[in-house]
Amino acid sequence: MMNSPAITVSGLRVRRGDRLVIPDLSCRIPAGTITGLLGPSGCGKTTLMRSIVGVQVVESGSIDVLGLPAGVAPLRSKIGYQPQAPAVYQDLTVRENLRYFSRILGAPAADVDRVLGIVDLAAHADQIVMRMSGGEEARVSLAVALLGRPELLILDEPTVGLDPVLRRDLWELFVKLAAGGTTLLVSSHVMDEAERCQRLLLMRDGRLLADETPAQLLQRTGTVDIGSAFLQLIDRAQQEVHR
Amino acid sequence: MNRVAMVATAGRVLSQLRHDHRTLAMLLLVPCLLLGLLRWVFANQVQTFNVIGPLLLVLFPFITMFIVTSIATLRERTQGTLERLLTMPIGKFDFLAGYAIGFGLVAIVQASLASWVAIGLLDMQVQGEMWLVVAVAVANALLGMALGLLVSAFARTEFQAVQFLPAIVFPQLLLCGLIIPRENLDRPLELISNVLPLSYAVDAIKHVTTSTEITGTFVSDLAIVVGCILLALVLGAATLRRRTT
Repeated sequence: MMNSPAITVSGLRVRRGDRLVIPDLSCRIPAGTITGLLGPSGCGKTTLMRSIVGVQVVESGSIDVLGLPAGVAPLRSKIGYQPQAPAVYQDLTVRENLRYFSRILGAPAADVDRVLGIVDLAAHADQIVMRMSGGEEARVSLAVALLGRPELLILDEPTVGLDPVLRRDLWELFVKLAAGGTTLLVSSHVMDEAERCQRLLLMRDGRLLADETPAQLLQRTGTVDIGSAFLQLIDRAQQEVHR
Repeated sequence: MNRVAMVATAGRVLSQLRHDHRTLAMLLLVPCLLLGLLRWVFANQVQTFNVIGPLLLVLFPFITMFIVTSIATLRERTQGTLERLLTMPIGKFDFLAGYAIGFGLVAIVQASLASWVAIGLLDMQVQGEMWLVVAVAVANALLGMALGLLVSAFARTEFQAVQFLPAIVFPQLLLCGLIIPRENLDRPLELISNVLPLSYAVDAIKHVTTSTEITGTFVSDLAIVVGCILLALVLGAATLRRRTT
């Protein structure tokens, strides 16, 4: 039984420059779950996420987010988006960044300390972002996305460059958020993260190879891990092309 | 209009400058030092200093704000903070107004300090009141800021952004009446100078230096500068796209 969808994408077609990144994509992302968006870099994950957030010019198709068309003004305080680039002010401290974004979002002042604790940066709150490591910077960016407790979190590779302990902690946080009713769409190219997701979207060359639960995927492909399942789906897709 | 977002943005812009001590020091001290240099160059020609000094006093804020704003907004575009902000409940106008307020405050400090140095220490003589000099300088700073914001949309890299200084600012410097009075220019050049906003700022400051009265021409010159600021901001807002390709 699938929860009612938080996101419904139908017939999405996106062109970036002269490249057709997503030719025709449809999918539904159930509310209150973690959906993993997996695929090699350049397959269109970021473009799909940007389309859902409403910052991507799309050629055709429709995207429904929390019952509204993607990108409309009422959605702006309901979606937390962590872009792939850190997208925080390099010349401000962590706290100054969070305070600024929280004021824009109208989040309570105490939210800054809450998200600092979640991403484990409380001790670095007064450090200038420019002088931080890549992993710390990514956590500042994730903290911004968590401000204001959004209903929907779109996280573009949130765990890149993080140490295993922190990665595990963040996935525990994602599970906890989903249990509390938040919908998460998390992209990754690390296949072992897929096992923490309730649903998986496997993407390649702008097309979906799979849209199911991890268990269903393993069963369908007769494999024991997501990585092998993915490879098998790619082989199948190529055989169909050759036939 | 979202006043909180506007004030927050102004505060954020100022915090960024506060962390960058060198930029802040250069913004405030370089105009003063250059005025000192000019005074020295014209050590034996005080009259010339009295003519050129006020002109430079209003040109410094224009040039520095143009550079600082075009780089600052280009950075917002390239590091993704602008895109992120535009996914949040902030209007384009709030964003631009935040920049205008933040840099406007810096311009007030910059222009006041430079005017005080020029008039108080270097003995520059102006007929009009000092606050009018500051007012024209601040209006000019905001003009530089608004143009900088606008052109940053047409630059992909910081290299390109700084090239807009010679491309957009220098022609205005050549034609604004700094080198020769506008009415002595060839007719076609005079017509071009009539549509360049800097010309009106220079007319206004020339008026302040030579007259104690606030005349209709002065007010209309200043109004044209303000109109150009608003126009550039509206055009700048049009370049801020929530959706990009």
